[in-house]
Amino acid sequence: MTPSAATLLEVEHLTMRFGGLTAVNNLSLTAHYGHVTALIGPNGAGKTTVFNCITGFYKPSEGRMALRHESMTGENVSAADLDLLTRRGERHLRRKDRALYLLERMPEYLVARQARVARTFQNIRLFAGMTVLENLLVAQHNPLMKASGFTFFGVLGLSSYGKAEQAAIEKAQRWLATIGLADRADDPAGELPYGDQRRLEIARAMCTDPVLLCLDEPAAGLNPREKADLADLIRSIRDGHNTAVLLIEHDMSLVMEISDHLVVLDHGVKISEGTAAFVRNDPKVIAAYLGVAEKDVAKVEARIALEAAP
Amino acid sequence: MAEDAKQLQPDYAKALKDAAFAALIAFAILLPMVGFKTVQNIHNALVLETRFSWLAAFVAIFAASGFLNSLYLVPWREARARQTKARVPGKISQFLSRRFAPFALGFVIVYPAIALLLAGTGGSLKWIDNFGIQILIYVMLGFGLNIVVGLAGLLDLGYVAFYAVGAYSYALLAKTFGLSFYALLPLAGILAAFWGVLLGFPVLRLRGDYLAIVTMAFGEIIRLVLINWIPVTNGYAGISGVPRPSFFGIPFNASDDGFAATFGLPFSPIYRTIFLYYLILALALLTAFVTLRLRRLPIGRAWEALREDEIACRSLGINTTSTKLTAFAIGAMFAGFAGSFFAARQGFISPESFTFFESATILAIVVLGGMGSQIGVAIAAVVMVGGTEILRDLDFLKQVFGRDFDPAQYRMLLFGFAMVAIMIWKPRGLVSTREPSVFLKERKVISRDLVKEGHG
Ligand SMILES: Nc1ncnc2c1ncn2[C@@H]1O[C@H](COP(=O)(O)OP(=O)(O)OP(=O)(O)O)[C@@H](O)[C@H]1O
Ligand SMILES: [Mg+2]
Repeated sequence: MTPSAATLLEVEHLTMRFGGLTAVNNLSLTAHYGHVTALIGPNGAGKTTVFNCITGFYKPSEGRMALRHESMTGENVSAADLDLLTRRGERHLRRKDRALYLLERMPEYLVARQARVARTFQNIRLFAGMTVLENLLVAQHNPLMKASGFTFFGVLGLSSYGKAEQAAIEKAQRWLATIGLADRADDPAGELPYGDQRRLEIARAMCTDPVLLCLDEPAAGLNPREKADLADLIRSIRDGHNTAVLLIEHDMSLVMEISDHLVVLDHGVKISEGTAAFVRNDPKVIAAYLGVAEKDVAKVEARIALEAAP
Repeated sequence: MAEDAKQLQPDYAKALKDAAFAALIAFAILLPMVGFKTVQNIHNALVLETRFSWLAAFVAIFAASGFLNSLYLVPWREARARQTKARVPGKISQFLSRRFAPFALGFVIVYPAIALLLAGTGGSLKWIDNFGIQILIYVMLGFGLNIVVGLAGLLDLGYVAFYAVGAYSYALLAKTFGLSFYALLPLAGILAAFWGVLLGFPVLRLRGDYLAIVTMAFGEIIRLVLINWIPVTNGYAGISGVPRPSFFGIPFNASDDGFAATFGLPFSPIYRTIFLYYLILALALLTAFVTLRLRRLPIGRAWEALREDEIACRSLGINTTSTKLTAFAIGAMFAGFAGSFFAARQGFISPESFTFFESATILAIVVLGGMGSQIGVAIAAVVMVGGTEILRDLDFLKQVFGRDFDPAQYRMLLFGFAMVAIMIWKPRGLVSTREPSVFLKERKVISRDLVKEGHG
């Protein structure tokens, strides 16, 4: 949480058009290692669209999204390398233990597998007919696939797959303990209460060992107690797993509590950016949320204050 | 509360209205089909006969069933739908998949002996061949298609194409190069898998209905190629004299080094039949075993996850295209095995054996059995295929309905009824639960209400 934390994701001039509609317009933002970066804005502002671009589900109309894996000693790929990669038209560049990915050039499953960006969905997308444990094992598909000799040796029983699966199950159990679902491992995911499903989806995303975790409205539909747990969970992910968090959330108290940096979007355009304290008092942001012109903000605020007074 | 009370009261007015409606529809549809009949008279001219008494009888049946449906069946189903909200996995499903399976396995192993004991050498041929082998071929095909439809959730209506590829691969290669059945069996499987991938590449972008239509077209294309590529496939006439499998090198014939002579037995066709029975049983069990094994491997879990939610799969780094392709290829491979067995058993193949109707039968077996369930598929195959065979010799029905009556012609009608009945009684198939592929403390079965059917 040092202010000079290294850049993980750098989105530049991102634009996404659907026919005549510009859902995201020339957006630039950065996410840093060890930070929770919040993306907020009124309904339809384009937040989920930004996530879909970052995670490769949409091909952006314009823009560059560079994601860096830094080395153990905190070294990064240089700016010169980024230019080189951009010019070459390749997807990624790997230098020993450092790597650089241009996400807009990658299909979604490679964004998850290679660039190690994980996400949750605004409408929960668990494998409802599979057990909680199975959900977490599917998330570890790629390493397990390798361990099973891409199935060939697994079918013949010739590989060390058993050991790998045991390790995967233990990892799943650790996450289940973290989210407080240890005793529900054998239940179908679709039978869990809503709040548990939200946390399970986060655990499932974390089982892919991401460097960046994108959470799309994780607190939607949770009660205050569950929201507090969620805040703790997000903080522990940020601090304990070398994972940066990108967070879309409408619950302002949660956002203000756990975000290190906020980006405010309205009609696809970034209207403000900064710390919680800064953004909260930015007239542009208040105007967007109240749905009034910026020059009228002072008037509206005065009226609200009057009405709130006894 | 008031609503509950209202639903408990039989609503006769509504039932009468439904009955009238059913009668009206039946009348409109059946008037040209049943009400009138054209016959040729002695002068070769067509004359119109009327059969209004038949028409009246049909319309009355439809009215009555409309009445009963509205009065009893609909309320019963609604009550059941309310009950299953509790999502208790069915007792039948649990019994079938946990207790019945070992028993069934034991039975199929001793089945030829039972048939021999009860029907004698001559009589048992029919029971082992027409029932045993025929059913096991469909069990195997059902298991194979189950991978594609039941696990991966890809609706494949052209599965018979791979069965045909396997059969023709074996027939042509065995006749041309004289290779043995055991060498060609894997080769036929590989060729079918290859065609599975070839089909998969272009069509797996499609989802749901579109995928179903294109796979169906693929099945037809293969059949049309078989019909029209006469220099190779001999067209409609088919390929005869396909070499039969030997007993690991010892042929089943009356010669001195034939099977019977080698083992000092009197010659009889029954040995070959029994051997073929165990061969297809072994192949079907291999399919079941491999499928069970795959389910517990990451690939199998990825298939099921794909059926549940493809987008979530992709967000977890799963390459959905290659995952679907493996499902297609492995399913096709088993169809290829079954096809080469079929060719070797028949000794003759023609495009007639690989019509869309076969694909539909196999799919019906998978759906009736309960998608993803092996024991369910096996039972459904016994019912569907065994039922067809039994209906072939219901000759006593001729005494009831007259000499012109051919019971086999009505079997599709009976199957229609059976299917509708099962879909009302058990809409998710016979075994309507899913067994988890892995568990920590307790293996809890999962109700199919939670499990998705897939749409890709
Ligand atoms: N696939 C798409 N095709 C066409 N329009 C789209 C598509 N996805 C999003 N949009 C449009 O883009 C705009 C932004 O949508 P988006 O879902 O990103 O908003 P959001 O900020 O996530 O809103 P919310 O807070 O309600 O989730 C909306 O007008 C939406 O209708
Ligand atoms: Mg959204």
